[in-house]
Amino acid sequence: MQGGRNLKSILLSKWTKRILFLACLVPFAILLWRILHSDLGPNPVQFVEYTTGRWTLRFLAITLAIAPARRILRLPELIRFRRMTGLFAFFYVCMHFLSYLGIDKYFMWDQIWSDIHKRPYIIAGFTGFVLLIPLALTSTAWSIRWLGGKRWRMLHRLIYLTAVAGVIHYYWQVKSDKRAPLFYAAIFGALLAWRVGEWFFKRARKSLAAEARAPRTSATN
Amino acid sequence: MFLKKSPYSTDDEITPKEVYFNRRKFLAGMGIAGAAALAGREAWKFATPAASADPQAKLSFVPGSYSTKEKITPFKDVTHYNNFYEFGTGKSDPARNAGRMVTSPWTVSVEGEVKNRRKYSLAEIEKLAPLEERIYRHRCVEGWSIVVPWIGYSLGAILRLAEPTPKAKYVAFQSYFNPAVMPWAASAGISFPYVEGLRLDEAMHPLTLLSVGMYGEALPNQDGAPVRIVLPWKYGYKSIKSLVKIRLVAEQPPTTWNEYSSSAYGFYSNVNPGVDTVPWSQAYEHRLGQGLFARPIPTRIFNGYGDQVASLYRGMDLRKYH
Repeated sequence: MQGGRNLKSILLSKWTKRILFLACLVPFAILLWRILHSDLGPNPVQFVEYTTGRWTLRFLAITLAIAPARRILRLPELIRFRRMTGLFAFFYVCMHFLSYLGIDKYFMWDQIWSDIHKRPYIIAGFTGFVLLIPLALTSTAWSIRWLGGKRWRMLHRLIYLTAVAGVIHYYWQVKSDKRAPLFYAAIFGALLAWRVGEWFFKRARKSLAAEARAPRTSATN
Repeated sequence: MFLKKSPYSTDDEITPKEVYFNRRKFLAGMGIAGAAALAGREAWKFATPAASADPQAKLSFVPGSYSTKEKITPFKDVTHYNNFYEFGTGKSDPARNAGRMVTSPWTVSVEGEVKNRRKYSLAEIEKLAPLEERIYRHRCVEGWSIVVPWIGYSLGAILRLAEPTPKAKYVAFQSYFNPAVMPWAASAGISFPYVEGLRLDEAMHPLTLLSVGMYGEALPNQDGAPVRIVLPWKYGYKSIKSLVKIRLVAEQPPTTWNEYSSSAYGFYSNVNPGVDTVPWSQAYEHRLGQGLFARPIPTRIFNGYGDQVASLYRGMDLRKYH
């Protein structure tokens, strides 16, 4: 199809990747603009923490959505963008953690230490952050070769734990209106359910294929 | 149209009057504090509420006691960062939505274990005792705080007129609730109407304020118009807004947040950095309106009003009775 080939060539173009990179930076750019213009509302610390936290969850969701999108839309080229969106999730979580350390806790290490080992919602958030670090460090093609595809894929499944930790971190902070964290829980739930479904489907296909290849030893009639 | 500057704000914080006024009758008498300007500031960044075009309802008052010398929080911050879940759970939702609430006519009924049950109109409430301005610190359980120049008088004045019977041990409060005007209440997660309560001695304490105004004028809707309670030594959710009922009772009354989670939100809810009942630390607080890089403030027990109220809790285990 002419249209399909055009879309694929757009996805493969290096300009698409650059434009998407800039698009991923837009939330951060808007935040910076707001900081420079003191347009953060009455509680600027909370605004920065919430904005960076929400974008972390969104980029985690986008990253996890690429595999199903490739399959459902029949666009395997989308894989090119997954490292970028994953690293942006890491970028936003770093900004989130930094804002917590610097402007919320003002680098009061005794308070931070107390939070990290006493408060469940902080433990959940910190866990999610820490789990992403090895993923960011092994995001290069070189790392895939060094670890081997299978081990790399296993390591990068940690992103599921980060997503869960992030939702729990959000849920435990909200006082009574749990709709926003539940919304993210639903999104991640659907994305994980798709993967579980895929895994079962693959296993079923594999066993069917193995049966088809194996010669029948039972009596035929 | 006069353009007098309020002493509480710099040019940056002056907001157009139409934007924050609730629907109220104009009160005679000039407030000492003067009025906020009617400058049409387009640099005003926050959502405008569904405003009514009431003339300024300035209040006549005198400086009261217990005022702090700390810097008063800008009016625009106090009117655009609110927890008033009936109008939405987002901090800027009440400013946007509370304009729908009709605050005139208004009735506050005093009932229960009292000799004199009666209903008060807002005009009667305002005339019951001399109005004072009290600059109180206000500490939210979420970890932020503000300094607000409230206008009102001690709740004790109205309670003494009611003459509580010997059976009265507690005071229960109820907030205005109208689902037609407050459709957001259904998804807020807490139950309505919003109720609160105090021990009788807490309610009779001079620090407990029955407030009808702030910053020299009538309360904006999102801040609990037209009359509310202010309890500066407790977490903010105990300072019930848009008061309609005061009831003297013999048993400890239910309170909305305590019903939601009794482990997190106790009946007393005294500000206490040493007692953490919610998921986050109460050791520090962020004072609003001071910018992104302001240092957090160490929270003080009883929000710094220990000299006035600590005696109420002498001998009480503050962790058990939080």
